[in-house]
Amino acid sequence: MRQIAIYGKGGIGKSTTTQNTVAGLASIGKKVMIVGCDPKADSTRLILHAKAQNTVMDLVRELGTVEDLELDDVMKVGYGDIKCVESGGPEPGVGCAGRGVITAINFLEENGAYTDDLDFVFYDVLGDVVCGGFAMPIREGKAEEIYIVTSGEMMAMYAANNISKGILKYASSGKVRLAGLICNARKTDMEFELISELARRLGTQMIHFVPRDNQVQRAELRRMTVIEYSPEHPQAKEYLTLAQKIADNKMLVVPTPLEMEELEELLMKFGIMEEEDESIVGVAEQAAA
Amino acid sequence: MSDKIRKIEGITKESTQAMIDEALAVYPEKARKKRAPHLAPNDAASGCASVKSNKKTVPGVMSARGCAYAGAKGVVWGPIRDMVHVSHGPVGCGWYSWGTRRNMMSGITGVTSFPMQFTSDFQEKDIVYGGDKKLKTLLEEAHDLFPLAKGISVLSECPVGLIGDDINSVAKKSAKELDIPIIPCNCEGFRGVSQSLGHHISNDTIRDYIIGTREYAEPESPYDIALIGEYNIGGDAWSTKPLLEECGFNVKAVWTGDGELEKIAATHTVKLNVIHCYRSMNYMCKVMEEKYGIPWVELNFFGPTKIRNSLRQLAALFDDTIKEKVEAVIAKYDPLMQAVIDEYKPRLDGKKVMLLVGGLRPRHTIGAYEDLGMDCVGSGYEFAHTDDYDRTAPEMPDATVVYDDPSEYEFEKFADALKPDLIGSGIKEKYVFQKMGIPFRQMHSWDYSGPYHGYKGFEVFARDVDMAINSPTWKLVKAPY
Repeated sequence: MRQIAIYGKGGIGKSTTTQNTVAGLASIGKKVMIVGCDPKADSTRLILHAKAQNTVMDLVRELGTVEDLELDDVMKVGYGDIKCVESGGPEPGVGCAGRGVITAINFLEENGAYTDDLDFVFYDVLGDVVCGGFAMPIREGKAEEIYIVTSGEMMAMYAANNISKGILKYASSGKVRLAGLICNARKTDMEFELISELARRLGTQMIHFVPRDNQVQRAELRRMTVIEYSPEHPQAKEYLTLAQKIADNKMLVVPTPLEMEELEELLMKFGIMEEEDESIVGVAEQAAA
Repeated sequence: MSDKIRKIEGITKESTQAMIDEALAVYPEKARKKRAPHLAPNDAASGCASVKSNKKTVPGVMSARGCAYAGAKGVVWGPIRDMVHVSHGPVGCGWYSWGTRRNMMSGITGVTSFPMQFTSDFQEKDIVYGGDKKLKTLLEEAHDLFPLAKGISVLSECPVGLIGDDINSVAKKSAKELDIPIIPCNCEGFRGVSQSLGHHISNDTIRDYIIGTREYAEPESPYDIALIGEYNIGGDAWSTKPLLEECGFNVKAVWTGDGELEKIAATHTVKLNVIHCYRSMNYMCKVMEEKYGIPWVELNFFGPTKIRNSLRQLAALFDDTIKEKVEAVIAKYDPLMQAVIDEYKPRLDGKKVMLLVGGLRPRHTIGAYEDLGMDCVGSGYEFAHTDDYDRTAPEMPDATVVYDDPSEYEFEKFADALKPDLIGSGIKEKYVFQKMGIPFRQMHSWDYSGPYHGYKGFEVFARDVDMAINSPTWKLVKAPY
């Protein structure tokens, strides 16, 4: 069983990419479980065609204790026999979502959710690793393979670099490795080249460049993955390719994160950012003109 | 199990149910509905639990329960004497649980035993930046200061689980560097409904980190046993261990009272596990049975009747050498115990006792009271499960009240109705009942006394019960209301 965690900046398309990729893996005959590690609980809706499934923490809240919970109550099976679990958690601003992730994963382990017939377990993790709870999926004995979803936007790359720093910390004491960047294209300038270069600098690969296509949104509105909604569409083929690449991937590395200056330099090199004119720092466009 | 069903004059299923209904009547409907299944008259003949248990405490009722950390530190890990036990988190949990359970230790402090309070004393910055580095430093310092400690347990307090510090990874790394076992125990207080989950989590850590990692130096013998679920409260193990040795057994390890890490770690080679506190250690007995094929037997060392039965039950599993020794031991102690009974029973005969303790004593001590002529008119547990209540049904007189995780109100109400001559419970209950003019003994900690286990313990127990009930003090005080 390979356990894989998907990280990346908030809103970059982790859940969409994960579900489409997992649907791809299912369509080539792999047995997969998705564990949503985000209180928004939107990691499985395209597989289950449902707004949101009962999350582990929802039921814990209802029943009072996690000990009263049964695996069947929280694990649903969707498209391609994909097993789906959502950790769930509080609404923004209250409680502790990180603990929800810990509770949910402990619960799955103790109740035998990790069955031998599974080929893959995917953890779809909230954008920022803001506390130890969101690092739970990459603790020892869990995901050893991490993919970072990014785009050519500066902040997405910045987040990818930061996540790499986190992986470096865990890699030094355990088996967790960076397995690649997935570029979820936003049609920024020289995006393919830029992310390829970022991957190279991080010591990894851009495992796939997923082009932007509205077909993804069309499928999402019907609560489906592109692979299920329009299997013949070119975008479905893209996700299938990504799935196959992940299935075949052997390139697991300890990342070499960049310094902030290095990252900016990279953006300049690809002409995305102009050389800084220090005299304009802190001056508005109009005033400078 | 007792052979005949006993009845108490004036107590019927109907009278008990009426008393329960009256107590429940004051609750709002929702609370009443939740509490009702936890209170019932005992059905002695069924041998089955009459109440629901191991459920979340109803908000608003005062429960006597502890937390998972209490179960791990106070019960399972804390009593092991040759280890350093770290309360990982803010200072209070460790400080206020220090030494309160009276699990006594032999040895020289700082050399062969470490009955001290170790804590990582979390501050604001440790919450924000994580406490893993501090833990690493603490482990190094503890090992530097006490190089003779055989191992270190890291017992998580609540905030560690909240911020998600990976103590398992720190423990693993430090264990390697310091070359001693370091056991991370994720026993955050908020996990589970009571201290019971703390016992379970701790048992799991013994399974994962300890058992099978050492061997005994001496060759094996057919009489090698381990005493499981004996925590040496007030020196209990110093009564039961010699007793078993007198019967011809080699008690290779005690779990965990006055315990030694390496002996516990080698327990996988014994021939039989003798378990006293089923609730807190049944998990490891089952693990050792499944993994190493070691059978286990549940015994009761309270009061001469139960001790006699238990020793014979044990002897039946061994050869004639043991059987003869056991009979000789029984023959030796029977007259001594009769002398104790002769002294105290005349003053205690017919007295009534109510119990509310943890996970064992509400059933195991009943026989000892009965040896003194007393009747148990009500019993209940803080954190027992259904299998404990199953075991309780035949021990209690028929139709007497069983209460699971009762509120202070329910407990007081029943005491008011049943007018017991003694209540055996904990420090949280003690002064409430003494102010009601009811004699009281702390049955968690033996009220600064003990031991209560074994033949030696019965003598102390009988004296203490007599002292509590027949103290002339009660005639001198009068409640002002």
